[in-house]
Amino acid sequence: MSEKTEDIEISLLLEALYQRYHYDFRNYAHASLKRRLRQALEQMGFGSFSALQESLLHHPAMLPRLLNYLTVQVSELFRDPTYFRAIREKVVPHLHTYPSLKVWIAGCSSGEELYSFVILFREEGLEQRTLFYATDINQDALARAEAGIYDLDRIQLFTENHRKSGGKSSLSDYYSAAYGRASFDKSLRKQVVFSDHSLVTDAVFAEAHLISCRNVLIYFDRDLQDRALGLFKESLARRGFLGLGSKESMRFSAHAGAFADCVRDEKIYQKRAP
Amino acid sequence: MTGAKAEAIVIGASAGALEALSAILPLLPADYGLPVMIVVHIPPDKKSVIAELFQAKCKIEVREAEDKEPIRGGTVYFAPPDYHLLVEADKTLSLSADEPVFYSRPSLDVLFESAADAYGPNLIAIVLTGANEDGAMGLKAVFEADGIAIVQRPEEAYAQGMPAAAMAACPEARVLSLKEIALYLTEIEKS
Repeated sequence: MSEKTEDIEISLLLEALYQRYHYDFRNYAHASLKRRLRQALEQMGFGSFSALQESLLHHPAMLPRLLNYLTVQVSELFRDPTYFRAIREKVVPHLHTYPSLKVWIAGCSSGEELYSFVILFREEGLEQRTLFYATDINQDALARAEAGIYDLDRIQLFTENHRKSGGKSSLSDYYSAAYGRASFDKSLRKQVVFSDHSLVTDAVFAEAHLISCRNVLIYFDRDLQDRALGLFKESLARRGFLGLGSKESMRFSAHAGAFADCVRDEKIYQKRAP
Repeated sequence: MTGAKAEAIVIGASAGALEALSAILPLLPADYGLPVMIVVHIPPDKKSVIAELFQAKCKIEVREAEDKEPIRGGTVYFAPPDYHLLVEADKTLSLSADEPVFYSRPSLDVLFESAADAYGPNLIAIVLTGANEDGAMGLKAVFEADGIAIVQRPEEAYAQGMPAAAMAACPEARVLSLKEIALYLTEIEKS
């Protein structure tokens, strides 16, 4: 009985979030969303989702606090090194044939995946001809991505990942350490445009030769996954590349036919010629 | 006993998991009717061989869980390394890369709590051997949703921390040996 009330409250809260602020979580995969909402409820000190909803509707300052529970994913530089190795070995040779490139990091969160790509592109001699779009729905996360500052105790893992990804330089070339923080060099952001963009409610904004969107689609239900994959299909240039998270698949999607496997084990796809 | 019909089983284990699961899974018959979702704490390497390993030993189908996959009876689903495994209300599986719980991803708590929401009184949850506290809150959630909570007898567990923590959080849980758990699971499916 109480369970059911909670489900009603959650669906009302998501509706309020959408109608008041246009953040649409209504079609997110429910189980993990519910867990994060329960965490938010407890840590923000509300007795019920109805109470949280009331506060959210009347106090816009609550919005970023709630969004940080709902969207921020902590990632790593070069998370899943074999993915970046596959990009280096199988995708980069194709990219060298273009005079100019656009790369879209969709759902960039606090920037770890973005910096991985910029460093990789610099190592491969592609950075100067590339424009990177780093997008997310969370303004706080975008600000963190733009700042490029990470806890120093994460650097050892980042360094190890970078090495395993086939890194051709030393990661320490790209950051300076002080006060327990590693601050990534601003030159890495020269070719980057940071932007607020939602895969749920916004449209395509540019043509891209490579889109990387990792561990974002698992948070969507199937309809939303289809919407996002449709955006990627539309945005990708002829024979453009799409990289997903290691456990994300196009198998159940309506758009599966538009993509061919490029590196199957790494979930790297290539758009088929029309 | 709540009298509700069992529809699904969730199991969690950490240190000593392979041995403990080897005393249970191979005993399930090929035509077993219930789905079994399992979280084992394993290092976040990309490939895990645990599903393959058990597929070779078991009569029932064993695989690694995939995102958005419909849950089917007679199948054992292992959570993939470095992802949480969850059950949705429509009885499909989903994965998440949310923060680790008790340093663990996948986590028993995450699976158990979501399964308790989805299956309520029709769920059987089992905490096996392990050294941390993961699973204790999840088992409590299963019990509070009127599901059946089972803990491996700590004295016979390779590591006692996890069963002991689960018993402390959920004193009403049944405490059974591996042999009794295997028997219980084969019997409950027939009832």
